Amino acid sequence: MDESIEYRECLIELIYQLADDDFLLAYRGSEWLGLAPHIEEDVAFASISQDLMGHAALYYGLLEELGEGKIDHLTHNRSPEYFRNAILVELPNGTGTYLENPSYDWAFTVVRNYFYTLAKKVRLDSIKKSSYEPLQHIVQKISIEMSYHMMHWEVWFKQLISSTAEAKSRMEEAMSIVFEELGGVFSYGRIGDRMARLSLIESEEVLKERWMVYLNKEKIQYSMKMKQGDGRNGIHTPHLAEALATLSEVYQSVPTAEW
Amino acid sequence: MILKEKVMKVLDTVKDPEIPVVSVVDLGMIHNVSVHNDRVTIEVMPTFSGCPALEIIKRNIELAVESIPEVNSLSVAFIRHPIWTTELVSEKGKQELKKFGIAPPEDRVEGEWHVPCPYCGSVYTTMDNIFGPAACRSILYCKSCKNPFEAMKPVSI
Repeated sequence: MDESIEYRECLIELIYQLADDDFLLAYRGSEWLGLAPHIEEDVAFASISQDLMGHAALYYGLLEELGEGKIDHLTHNRSPEYFRNAILVELPNGTGTYLENPSYDWAFTVVRNYFYTLAKKVRLDSIKKSSYEPLQHIVQKISIEMSYHMMHWEVWFKQLISSTAEAKSRMEEAMSIVFEELGGVFSYGRIGDRMARLSLIESEEVLKERWMVYLNKEKIQYSMKMKQGDGRNGIHTPHLAEALATLSEVYQSVPTAEW
Repeated sequence: MILKEKVMKVLDTVKDPEIPVVSVVDLGMIHNVSVHNDRVTIEVMPTFSGCPALEIIKRNIELAVESIPEVNSLSVAFIRHPIWTTELVSEKGKQELKKFGIAPPEDRVEGEWHVPCPYCGSVYTTMDNIFGPAACRSILYCKSCKNPFEAMKPVSI
């Protein structure tokens, strides 16, 4: 294969993974609006979700420049099988919907967001040394905002894990669920080896190891798996299609409208 | 007055819609203005990536600069590099933020963040929430004058 075509293919694939992860987690976060444990958390979580949507928009903007189509099309008019997000970020917050009988799990939310943000940091730090400058610039900007998210989720995680017996057992239950899909966050999908070879990002193994070093400070022993699908290769749970249907409901009602 | 000066003058009238007292110039968002005959190119540094005001700011910059009769073609673009930081907020901008009730971004002193109350100047303040009603602001409380207030979230590389 021609080298530049291969480079472009890997670059675009990587950006889709970064974009779709932040996009879906921003959506899951926004479903908590009005339901968070207290008013200050409602403000904070809404703000974090807004930041994440902004990060996704930066990546989608780069994809648009690279000829992948308009941002609105990429977010609102793409079939689930073309989404490259990890399963972890598409899983619902709990049972019910934000409109009807929401029974959302705060422990799961804290663990998902803390572990994801830690993985995001490891990924972005690696991309800062990557070979593609426009992506480096985006990642530098996102990293600054992400540092506030990291502080936030770290505080929640540490406080709940060292709280009452009930809190501790709920957090452990949440961790076991998150670890079952965490492998999918570090996966780069079918062309991952080439991404690393082309210096777009370091290998999955290197990043996983770095992540574990960060977390071992908490003395946690689990192993990362990919249980319910393979998001990087387009194999998703039905939760993704449901989330995308809600996200694009207004857009799909008048697809020709200018926004 | 040469055209570039006129452009800078109207840019000073374009405010952040969420902080209507501070101009985009004083917020440090204008990276470069270049003028070639009647063509104007403006490079703008976005503040927070998720800020919904960015598109409005861009449109307001376009409207303001297009109102100068000598301008024939205009391009306003957000750039990725360099990255905006709160160190770019001007002294005038900081004073205006303070008057509006928002504590200007402070330098971190040995990792600690000292934010004097914009109303009474006391440093006897506490951070209630790093996140606030807008992406760029935090919520604090002054234990001296017992007022809640907002502060601009410090951003540095």
